[in-house]
Amino acid sequence: MAFHHTTLANGLEVIAELDDRAYSVAAGFFVKTGSRDETRDLAGVSHFLEHMTFKGTAARDALAVNRDFDKVGAKHNAQTSEEDTLYHVTCLPEYLGQAFEVLSDILRPSLRVEDFETEKQVIIEEIRMYLDNPMSVAYEAAKSAHFGDHPLGNSILGTVESIQALEAARMRAYFERRYSPANIVLAFAGAAEWAPLLEMARRCCGEWSGGPAERTALPVKGASAFQSILRPDDHQQIVVGVSDGPPLESNDRYAAHLLATILGDHTSSRLYWSLIDPGLADGAEISYQDYNQAGAFYTFLSCEPEGVEANLERIAQVYRAGDALDLQEQELGQAKNKVLARSVLRGERPMGRLASLGFHWMYRHEYISVEAELDAYAAVTRDDIERLRAQWPLWPPTLVSAGPLAHPRPAP
Amino acid sequence: MTATRSMIEHHTYENGLVLVAEAMPNVRSAAFTMLLPAGAAYERAPARAGFGGAATMTAEWISRGAGSRDSRALLTALDNLGANHAESAQTLHTSLAVATLGKNLVPALEIFADMILRPHLDDDEVEPIRGLCLQNLRSLEDDPGSKVIYELRRRHFPDPWGRSSAGTPEGVAALQPDHLRSFLNETYRPNGAILGVAGAIDWPALKDAVGELFAAWPERPAPPIEEHPAGPNRDHIHRDTQQTQIALAYPASTVASPDYYDCRAVAAILGGYSSARLFTEVREKRGLCYSVYAAYEGQLDRAALFCHAGSTPERAQETLDVMLGEIARLGRDGVEPDELETMRAGLKSSLIMAQESSMSRSAALASDWFHLGRVRGLAEISAAFDALAVDAVGDYAARLGRELAPTILTLGPAPLRQPPE
Repeated sequence: MAFHHTTLANGLEVIAELDDRAYSVAAGFFVKTGSRDETRDLAGVSHFLEHMTFKGTAARDALAVNRDFDKVGAKHNAQTSEEDTLYHVTCLPEYLGQAFEVLSDILRPSLRVEDFETEKQVIIEEIRMYLDNPMSVAYEAAKSAHFGDHPLGNSILGTVESIQALEAARMRAYFERRYSPANIVLAFAGAAEWAPLLEMARRCCGEWSGGPAERTALPVKGASAFQSILRPDDHQQIVVGVSDGPPLESNDRYAAHLLATILGDHTSSRLYWSLIDPGLADGAEISYQDYNQAGAFYTFLSCEPEGVEANLERIAQVYRAGDALDLQEQELGQAKNKVLARSVLRGERPMGRLASLGFHWMYRHEYISVEAELDAYAAVTRDDIERLRAQWPLWPPTLVSAGPLAHPRPAP
Repeated sequence: MTATRSMIEHHTYENGLVLVAEAMPNVRSAAFTMLLPAGAAYERAPARAGFGGAATMTAEWISRGAGSRDSRALLTALDNLGANHAESAQTLHTSLAVATLGKNLVPALEIFADMILRPHLDDDEVEPIRGLCLQNLRSLEDDPGSKVIYELRRRHFPDPWGRSSAGTPEGVAALQPDHLRSFLNETYRPNGAILGVAGAIDWPALKDAVGELFAAWPERPAPPIEEHPAGPNRDHIHRDTQQTQIALAYPASTVASPDYYDCRAVAAILGGYSSARLFTEVREKRGLCYSVYAAYEGQLDRAALFCHAGSTPERAQETLDVMLGEIARLGRDGVEPDELETMRAGLKSSLIMAQESSMSRSAALASDWFHLGRVRGLAEISAAFDALAVDAVGDYAARLGRELAPTILTLGPAPLRQPPE
């Protein structure tokens, strides 16, 4: 396993973790832009733009983009979050040149008006698909209620209205501001050699231009609000909770991830034993999400409407747990074993390594190998966890409920 | 770059249990998939009268204490082995799957041997399991995309072969501990069970360990199956949803049949990759949906090709019409040589990349053995794809909608015009 990095003359950073024992190679462009970089009148533009990149370039129409990936058997996709847009492809090493040529081509899209109007319909279908999913509805509303006017509360997809109102010219201007090479990290993982990779990156991306892109990332304190969305036709009640947590710049992220594993992993955690094992809920989990200068613990509950208040009280008990968690060394060790094994399993596939590589580099300018990550988890102590809990109390969180019950009463 | 570095071994024990394993040279992990012939299809006849759910409840029950460990000690032991595990029932099988570090494979197998052979089956656990399963059924009702596929399978395959392992609310409410014990006694049997293992393994040691762990597992006769006709072939489920769900099922070829690869090629060309017909025509050209796909499901004596899309109600009729039109056009005009090449490239890449995941290999080994009684090597599958001909694949596509008549189900605020049966 070897790590390489360099910065091209135009500011594009290129990194690679190479492993000649892998069967495949993954490549990804990490663009530092997402819904938190949008103003209200541009709501959903980052995600819509991600779709539009696949609609064609000067050299290819949309059908050619898909066809040229597919004909070398490349697995390609993209995803947009609050703060990043990631374009990635995985293929057999002998086809990397062809697959990467397409991937880099679409990062300079044409954004044609006729494609824009067709794709608008697809985005609206996507929004409506998520409106049929109660967990998505509650999650979106919970982020918005928690972060309030802070841009981390912005919706990634936008709304049917904001997408309908969006004009292609506004998207082009947004693209010019945000897709400059200095705002992008190009990462590779898997079976490849550094010199040819670099040569390929220079050939395909060396001509890209654009000035620096800024992001105002202000810290935020959540609102601990409560909100309820009535969905009379639903069968289950969904509750999403949001509590503040350490930002991604903090080394407490390891302890935060372990705390979430102890409290609310999908199996054998404190929430599992309190709610799932007794059959009181069919979903009860907590996970930690780090953001640029912010962090959050998200709680997810799915249960019968009649049980929701009692279940929220059970969650409150797990989170408060007196002054101390009474965390035993054995319980911390168990969480570490779980997290370590998952890191190893994920790390065995180049695509599993790519996201971690790219995001660490974008926000920390740091290379963290699987081994280094395992060491960082192993070093977390019970004191670290207790200190974290004191600094970032989980209860009361912002709570948003969605389902047939109009006004469930949250525990105080 | 060689794709044939792996070694596949197999052994059949005296009680009928099959072990099939592949040593993967470049991974630290190891994974196993135990397929037990204990799917929802083997829930006894009362299932039709509303007793469905025994397979899922039993799979949950065996993890709640086994051998020397109670429920909490068992899950803790698996965590300490770093064992990512999932116990689930499907229509044909109950599947017990684990991925962990290679050195922890046999200790994890020991725990699963306890679960299969020495589960505590404590009556007090049944009420919590019932609560969990009832809530899962309610969540399924709130998930229109999954609901329409569950309901489509039930209408397309003759019962019990389209039965959902989630069961029915009536069934889950009524099942008693003794029903679940009977289900376990009848279906958790070594003859018909397949253990697929892949990753960082030592074959001779694994073969001995599995032999010792499962030697005491007695053979049992296969439970009888009573088939009932499928249907209806055209249907709509009313829901006030944002999108109308559209689901089609065509009869397809089984894995062992001579035209299996023609069938898989048709499925891929229709909806298996981003330039496939349905994605191109329904989403890319017309913007009618976000998600549209085609997928294959194979059983021993029947198989199906499923197509699914979701569209806003005002555009759902056009979506259904375009889907059916594209399937008809494929049958009428056949496939292009380029499409066949693209389909080959995608499937071969997937096969080779699967060599990076012990979990997906262990599942593929067990599945191949179930369908064929042997494991297909990479070379064999590649050769079969290479041998595909434009004419034969086109002929297969021409059968869709003719002798291979579809089952059509929609779910949403209003029914659509469906073609006659």
